[in-house]
Amino acid sequence: MSNIPQELKYTKEHEWVRIEGDTAVVGITEHAQSELGDIVFVELPAPGAAVAQHGDFGVVESVKTVSNLYSPLSSTVSAVNDALAATPELVNKDPYGAGWIIKLQGFDPQELTALLSAEQYQKEIGG
Amino acid sequence: MEKLIFEYSRPGRRAHTLPEAPQVNFGVPERRSLRLPEVSEIDVVRHYTRLSRQNYGVDSGFYPLGSCTMKYNPKINEQIAAFEEFAIQNPNTDDWRMVGLLRILYETEKMLCKIFGYAAFTLQPAAGAHGEFTGLLIIRAYHLDRGDTRRVKILVPDAAHGTNPASCTMAGFKQVTIKSMPDGGVDIEDLKKNLDDTVAGFMLTNPNTLGLFEKNIAEISELVHAAGGLLYYDGANANATMGIAKPASMGFDVCHLNLHKTFSTPHGGGGPGSGPVGVTEKLKPYLPVPIVEYDVYVNHYFLEDCLPKSIGKVHSFYGNVGVIIKAWAYMKMQGAAGLKKVSEMAVLNANYIKARLQGVYDIPYDRVCKHEFVISVKEFKKQYGVTAADIAKRLMDYGYHPPTVYFPLIVSECLMIEPTETESKQELDAFCEVMLKIAEEIKTDPELVRSAPHSAIVGRLDEVKAVKEPDLNYFLC
Repeated sequence: MSNIPQELKYTKEHEWVRIEGDTAVVGITEHAQSELGDIVFVELPAPGAAVAQHGDFGVVESVKTVSNLYSPLSSTVSAVNDALAATPELVNKDPYGAGWIIKLQGFDPQELTALLSAEQYQKEIGG
Repeated sequence: MEKLIFEYSRPGRRAHTLPEAPQVNFGVPERRSLRLPEVSEIDVVRHYTRLSRQNYGVDSGFYPLGSCTMKYNPKINEQIAAFEEFAIQNPNTDDWRMVGLLRILYETEKMLCKIFGYAAFTLQPAAGAHGEFTGLLIIRAYHLDRGDTRRVKILVPDAAHGTNPASCTMAGFKQVTIKSMPDGGVDIEDLKKNLDDTVAGFMLTNPNTLGLFEKNIAEISELVHAAGGLLYYDGANANATMGIAKPASMGFDVCHLNLHKTFSTPHGGGGPGSGPVGVTEKLKPYLPVPIVEYDVYVNHYFLEDCLPKSIGKVHSFYGNVGVIIKAWAYMKMQGAAGLKKVSEMAVLNANYIKARLQGVYDIPYDRVCKHEFVISVKEFKKQYGVTAADIAKRLMDYGYHPPTVYFPLIVSECLMIEPTETESKQELDAFCEVMLKIAEEIKTDPELVRSAPHSAIVGRLDEVKAVKEPDLNYFLC
């Protein structure tokens, strides 16, 4: 059974978002990293880049496949996880912690209602 | 495992002694900087004999690598391409001294035009992705020539070959992904949403990468053209439609083919490729130069460089000519009826395997397939922890080349099987028996499958290390 933390919001494309004050932290789910297999490269946006809800913001490459990353919210990238350049396997090892991908600042909390809850995401992946 | 030839090297060891020659100063680079391996003749012969015995090609056995069309390559193609008149021809020779070779190129182009319905083909591109890149440059040149500078986007379905989005980026376009419907076809609503006057074209494979014919192709063509875009045909799957349906008649303005797949020339490490690009009449002015022309009055074949609107050259001289000669021989040998039969048999063979495996393996798109089909083993993964990669490795124990795995991306735990037309019913049956046996093993002894291969020289390679720390040069440690 996949680990799907209750307190997070999810996209159908397997990203999660965690609200920490005025910042939204974004990564991919444990299910996603397990489907992708060993991740070898994460292409990150530049801090300051604008992202649209469900718009792509980067690319994750595993030994099996290459996949786009989609933003859960319309916002501006305030920080990226620089550690992923040298150690992309953090996304495999700790997808909800050290394997976070970007942080967003300045978004409309109303957009969160369009995202999936843990239960809805669980259903989405057929768990 | 076999060592590298460099590891057999001993200073001063030689396979051949050259006669004494006067000292010549070759300048830079110095000869000693070449660092060639120093080995005897028997070292060379044994090393490469061992490697060839460890290799697996279509000459060794069944090779159902989906999307790659690993059909048998008749040996007569090789013999013809090796004729002295072709093989030792210098590409700088004047046209009038290589009329025979130019005639072969001209005839190849005309045959391809007839089979696929186009006004002209360039034979220059060296492979499929090179053909895509060339085709996209032609599309860009066409729009710019009309003074339309807004068209910066190319639409690509999410089921497309991975080269499609890559070629878009290489050609300077922005690539936009179009979703697939649950039945594997293009999501028409999503296509409509993305069609506007910034779209330069739509790239499509038909049959698509699930091996299914795109039934809505007429509507798709109408929509794309009404929006001012062009339709691009990725001919990687032409082995299902050749001689039966012409992509030009489906509305595709540009098309690339893979001679090394459909027209039976070696590939997959076995030889260079060739990816000719066909265009309709209105796109002819933008073809790469030179083109091969024929003057009927003096019965003369020649290379024409004067195309003012051409996108330029995409390959030195005229592409991989040796490959083109082999494809010419194949087409001449098959004839129109033979090529049609090729497609029919390729489709029949795929459907035969699909029917034999149905019920035991999950076939997510349950309709008549074309030349290939996909299996999803996600239930095996859930129940027994056995993945598509495990089944691929287990097939090696039974002496088969594994099928394509994890492609297309829209099917989870996917195996993609393409038998081609050159396999007999006995060969297909033997493969099906093994697939059914593996399904049994998954249920009774999943660990046996999970730990495969048990007979290969190397088992599970460290793919992460290979990607992150590629070691490509013996001398750079």
